[in-house]
Amino acid sequence: MDDLIADFVAECREMLEALGGEIVAWEAEPEDRARLDSIFRFVHTVKGNCGFFEFPRLEALSHAAEDALADVRAGRRQADGPLVSAVLAIIDRIGEMIAAIDAGEDMPAGDDSALIDALAPGAEPVAPVAVACAETAKAAAAPRTIRLSVELLDRVMSTVSDMVLARNELARRLRESEHEVAVDGAFERLSAIIAEMRDAITRTRMQRIENLFVGLPRMIRDLSSELGKQVLVDIEGGDVELDREMIEMIRDPLTHIIRNSVDHGIETPAERLKTGKREIGILAISARQSGNQILIDIQDDGRGIDGHKLAEKALAAGIIDAASAKALTTREQLALIFEAGLSTAKAVTSISGRGVGMDVVRSNIERIGGIVEVDSKPGEGTRMTLRVPLTLTIIPALSVSIGDHHFAIPRSAIDEIVRANGESVLLDSVGGAGVATIRGKRLPQVCLADILGLASNVEASERKLIVLRPAGGDVYALAVDRIHDHEELVVKPAAPAVMATGLYAGTTLADDGSPILLLDPAGLAEVGGVKLESVERAARIAAGPDAREARATEVLLFRGLDGSRKAIRLALVDRIEEVEPKAIRKAAGQLRAQVGEAILPLAGATKDQLAGDKIRLFRVNDGSQEVAYAFAEVLDFATLDHEVIHSDQSGEVGAVTLVNGEPAELIDAHWLFASLATAPRRAAKPLVCHLPGDDPWIHNLLRPIVEAAGYRVIADSDADEEEPDLVIASKGSEAAANAPSDRTIWLRADPEGEGKKDDSIYRYDRAGLLMALKSASSGRGK
Amino acid sequence: MTALLLVVEIAGQRVALPSSDAESVVELDTLIPVPRAAPHVAGLSALRSRVLTVIDARRSLDLGETECADGIREAVVVELDGHHYALIVDQVEDVVESLGEPTAIRGAMEAGWSRVARGMVETEMGPILLVDVAALVSGPDQSRVAA
Repeated sequence: MDDLIADFVAECREMLEALGGEIVAWEAEPEDRARLDSIFRFVHTVKGNCGFFEFPRLEALSHAAEDALADVRAGRRQADGPLVSAVLAIIDRIGEMIAAIDAGEDMPAGDDSALIDALAPGAEPVAPVAVACAETAKAAAAPRTIRLSVELLDRVMSTVSDMVLARNELARRLRESEHEVAVDGAFERLSAIIAEMRDAITRTRMQRIENLFVGLPRMIRDLSSELGKQVLVDIEGGDVELDREMIEMIRDPLTHIIRNSVDHGIETPAERLKTGKREIGILAISARQSGNQILIDIQDDGRGIDGHKLAEKALAAGIIDAASAKALTTREQLALIFEAGLSTAKAVTSISGRGVGMDVVRSNIERIGGIVEVDSKPGEGTRMTLRVPLTLTIIPALSVSIGDHHFAIPRSAIDEIVRANGESVLLDSVGGAGVATIRGKRLPQVCLADILGLASNVEASERKLIVLRPAGGDVYALAVDRIHDHEELVVKPAAPAVMATGLYAGTTLADDGSPILLLDPAGLAEVGGVKLESVERAARIAAGPDAREARATEVLLFRGLDGSRKAIRLALVDRIEEVEPKAIRKAAGQLRAQVGEAILPLAGATKDQLAGDKIRLFRVNDGSQEVAYAFAEVLDFATLDHEVIHSDQSGEVGAVTLVNGEPAELIDAHWLFASLATAPRRAAKPLVCHLPGDDPWIHNLLRPIVEAAGYRVIADSDADEEEPDLVIASKGSEAAANAPSDRTIWLRADPEGEGKKDDSIYRYDRAGLLMALKSASSGRGK
Repeated sequence: MTALLLVVEIAGQRVALPSSDAESVVELDTLIPVPRAAPHVAGLSALRSRVLTVIDARRSLDLGETECADGIREAVVVELDGHHYALIVDQVEDVVESLGEPTAIRGAMEAGWSRVARGMVETEMGPILLVDVAALVSGPDQSRVAA
């Protein structure tokens, strides 16, 4: 009997889990027959079994739900919000009871009649309905499966590993002995089968991430109705496979981020309407595989994170000092959210905002070799990205050796490998500390043999340098004697006595069956005395995607008129022009070059540098405006693959970096446009301003100001054909009596207005007038 | 109560380990050293597809060092907290039945032995010191490692 009950409990659990997503999806599409059927099947199964096991309360509950759902199935009733809520409440109660049966406890006390009554048509809803679900993964139905204990699986896995080792041994023996050719053939076949088996058994450890996602719609639904918010959940990529243990490791961090998004990110419907958004917030969760990493994005369209506020809070909490607070970039400001003891929540709620959490999320993710990134725009939303390795246990590694000792280094931490006697590498000792200069960049350098206290018979200059970047940290160079092979290693935790050294991340077996220690790059740095902490925060950011994108940036390398080596991002340069020096002149406080029909603001030159027959110019385009940049000669095309050191002061040169091994100044194109370009040369469609009447003051004095602000001015005769975006009229002028009031600026001749209600502008109040013009143009499109 | 004891010789002393702790007795041939680990960790070895952390019982007791250079050593495989260890002993002698509960030893023992002693048990071979495997594995500098 006990066995039967255990089976019943297991079956119910499995169905409950699969049902979590289905029921919310059903709510979104009540006419979806397939989902209705699977829910019906569940309550029906429970009912059938309960009668047999004598669980009267369970039976009553499931019976009531079955009746109501049967009515829907038969078309006697329409599935609506209250019904879904009532069914959900009943399924929850069934879940509680099953948990109690499983634990061998008594049934939780309580009366179920309220739940059953709520099923009746027109009954008071149990809980407000708030969530719709647009799950893209249509088929949530469980595939044909059997349950296996994890222990058994692990045993099979270890047996297969033994088999591989035995095969290797056999291979060696076969090579040494004389035998028939037929034996070779049979052995080859055996090898292939073993390899296939190893693959298959490795895959049993993989699970679809759907297992993690399936409970989310339900959780978000409950959370949002508790908070009075409306959230649309969009889940994608449920079929991505991930190591079973890994799924467990990211469950908590993911849940935490989602709770934060719903609680702090997404606004209440009223707030959302006020800011011009749809009242339903969107929470998109997606998973995808990228190389040997899984990327999980959690994106909301809520209020976003205010980086400045974070920086202020961090300053107040003493996490950063005033100087570094000022120097933070937006990305760095946002990354402060991961600092311990910082919360942007105004009030502590029951769901989140206790100032613990995001730091725990980060440390949990980093512990499994992953990275969390945050990107946010105030008012537009927040995106959190979890990057985690595919599996906890199989990692790609590089094997290295000191003398006869072999070690493995996780490949994810390796930036590059260089020879110590290579051309662009210099080794120095500064006060006993090793410094490696690799292509002009100085890195702390330590020798693995010294850290481990091993004798090395390899000259320092013959060693290989491995540039390591421990999880989110700074880089350093590690000198090893020899580098052997890339291998995929099955890593197991090492015994405490081994881990206590702080040098190792685990142990593993090489193909020949001998154990290998996996080195921990961060631990090596610490034991080796390399200080990585001071740049930790900045380096964490540098490790993010921005740095990688920057690495791939193509630049045009050129020599400026002042002779210096400069670089400009290639994408910005439209083309190269040649003009005569006389085409360049100082006008309106700025050097300007005439190129064809256009007059462009000119940078990169001073008046007296403009000698010679021809002046060569880049035409730099930001999409709507153009500026010209004078230069002497184009040197090369290159990609930015080095650290970009940003300038503290804003100016023409925004940063310096190494291009092809020599320093170059990087032109700050943003600064160019910000300081040189004026109004957009041509807006997509200029705004139209109607100046009614033929008042000479308006046409002679006002019109130039209005045109300078980017408006096209039309007269009365055109105003009938074209609807103006703005009307400017003198107060009391009859010509504009029928102008639309919300798009009209009234001007008055008297400096003093006629009381509070008078929103007209004094005709010589230039600042007020420009402000009104600006707000009218920015309000366009609303 | 009678329990089976594995009688081994460590540093010339005949001692007993609870045989329920011992998984198997193996002969180690390869030994991969673990640089910078505590001195009683002699290295790593592989038993089928498992990695064994090899503990030199002599060093754990501060009674010198087992000479490992000559190759094959006898070792007792034990499992503690999910990790597998191999304890290098001088030699494995026999499995005997204990004839009673361990009793406290009143005499003064050498420092290393007193740390791992669980008491004295009577056997057919006479009184034998019963050794605590966990204490043997954790080594002499347990307090320092923990701190």
